[in-house]
Amino acid sequence: MAEEGTTVRKKIQATDRMNRIMADYFYGLNEAATSGKKKIAWCTSVGPAELLRAMGFDVYFPENHAALLGATRLSTDMIPEANAIGYSPDICSYLTSDIGAYLKGVTPLAKAYQGINSIPRPDVLVFNTNQCRDVQDWLAWYARELKVPCIGITSPKSINDVTNPLIDDVARQMEALIPTLAAISGARLDMDRLQETVALSRECTELWRQVLETATASPAPLTFFDGTIHMGPAVVLRGTQEAIDYYKLLLAELEQRVTEGVAAVEGESLRIYWEGMPVWGRLRQHSELFAGLRTNVLASTYCSSWIFPSFDAKEPIRSMAKAYLELFIVRSDAYKETYLREMLQKFRIDGIIYHDAKTCPCNSNSRYGLPKRLEAATGIPSLVISGDLNDLRCVSDEQTRTNVEAFIEQLEEGK
Amino acid sequence: MSKQLFVGLDIGASRTKVAVLDRVGALIGHAVRKSGVDFTATASACLDDSLAMAGATRADIVRAVSTGYGRANVSFVTEESRTEIGCLAKGGYHFFPEAISIIDIGGQDNKIVKLDSGGRRSSFKMNRKCAAGTGAFLEEMAGRLDLPLEQMNDLARQSGDMVKLGSYCTVFSATEVLESIRHGRKISDIVKGIFHSVVKRVLEMDSLTERVVMTGGVAANNPYIVEMAAEMIGRPVVTPEFPQLAGAIGAALYAMDGKG
Repeated sequence: MAEEGTTVRKKIQATDRMNRIMADYFYGLNEAATSGKKKIAWCTSVGPAELLRAMGFDVYFPENHAALLGATRLSTDMIPEANAIGYSPDICSYLTSDIGAYLKGVTPLAKAYQGINSIPRPDVLVFNTNQCRDVQDWLAWYARELKVPCIGITSPKSINDVTNPLIDDVARQMEALIPTLAAISGARLDMDRLQETVALSRECTELWRQVLETATASPAPLTFFDGTIHMGPAVVLRGTQEAIDYYKLLLAELEQRVTEGVAAVEGESLRIYWEGMPVWGRLRQHSELFAGLRTNVLASTYCSSWIFPSFDAKEPIRSMAKAYLELFIVRSDAYKETYLREMLQKFRIDGIIYHDAKTCPCNSNSRYGLPKRLEAATGIPSLVISGDLNDLRCVSDEQTRTNVEAFIEQLEEGK
Repeated sequence: MSKQLFVGLDIGASRTKVAVLDRVGALIGHAVRKSGVDFTATASACLDDSLAMAGATRADIVRAVSTGYGRANVSFVTEESRTEIGCLAKGGYHFFPEAISIIDIGGQDNKIVKLDSGGRRSSFKMNRKCAAGTGAFLEEMAGRLDLPLEQMNDLARQSGDMVKLGSYCTVFSATEVLESIRHGRKISDIVKGIFHSVVKRVLEMDSLTERVVMTGGVAANNPYIVEMAAEMIGRPVVTPEFPQLAGAIGAALYAMDGKG
């Protein structure tokens, strides 16, 4: 019977450590912004963070802030503020949440961290459009509002093969940022420091890959919902030793679970792959819904998007260019289909759920026939649920529940 | 001596349906009521109606299974439930035991459920969070036209020159209806256009297998919609004897199987 029970997912002990290093990160940014001792760069989440760190900037990620607005369910009250100044409800709800929150003077950081009153004011805004055009429009709004320079990389899109000319293009664009960044930071680029930062990012990303791949074990020791929380350091602290130390700790805990056969979802009977963004304001509900059905959503494209195997300290800029072009979101559908097939096989998946996020077309891979093609090729059933990453006005909880329960019934009947 | 009955309760967003099966699976009692705002009370009354029809009492119930939006609100008779998609599949295959596509048009949502020749679900689709193509859309349009819902079927049959509604948004469709009224189009032509719009919205959801079954309250109350669907698909569309009860009967069949 596919009916939700009371099973809940098992808490990860390393979470407390992660919370401390995330707190240190935000306090560090706040100190830099209020004292003026360090320059602050805002960077899109898959932008050239290593370059910024190596040039002495503290790096803040607006997407991380937007996800916090979503997870704290503040976003739906913020979005209308941005809509009212001409930013459509149909565009990225990260953008509209974040700009809306700025307009209202709201930040979840103020509630989570005593002494922090606002997001850190930037000295420069740096984007990479490998994810979408919205990230550029997002930072462009702050550039006008705060009178701060906005520079970045315009990425090729729908890439099948990551070829040398494409890498050359992005590497040149990255190099072209350096003089402006040097003028703002007051320091020239130190190549040794950049190499060191890329090496740290490489180690962080490798550990993050190992963390996620512990879920190949049966039962899996973690869930997608854990992953969305624990990816924080891989996003905002890659290129630092703190992130590496944290993922060593987390990996050890998860490997211990695998050794002892400890399941993240007690009685795991079905293994699900999540394709698309999380619904940040429904993380707990979705986690409990699946756990109650003894189903583990244990792997995802989203969490795996912060694995960058191409980082290479010997060729820092060129390898960054390559890594940021290899990102799933910037690839062709043919590549995505192959990637997903491999993931379904690697994690021994019973069913795949696509989240069709109303305001995030680039992260919604259910709109061009991919689910049916992949289902025909693999025989693995799929479900598309409608929702959104941050705009809960686009989410129907009852429809989601019915769809998920019916899908689990279908998978159980097919076993 | 106890009659040994199996009961399915389908507490839908718009209507509550109850089916009572005897020990060999024959339908001996059924009832439909507006779900209203108290799902538990409505289900209770609907259950008593159908038991009265079967000449039985609650003491005769061996097992009951609930489904639909209010499936968790009937703990007075059962703690077991299945999704309406599962129950539609069960009920649909009971009447048409072959590879089928079930089109269910309900008050709140539409579904297309595909079954293989063994009755196993191969896929299902629900409409997105939008009223277009649902019973709620018909209710909204009937209100616009100041018509009782039950008159729509006969009116649509009288149409000689159907109005075409292009939008898939209920609000935009209502504007198109208003425009047709302003231009003096016949009400029957507008109603046929509304029916046509409902079928189009549903057919957009998924491809269909050769054999197509239609269920739900909209098909039950508007046989003309079933005929239109057959014409638009280009092959026959069949319905069970009581299309609106398909989910409730499926739930009762799960009760017979001992599964909830």
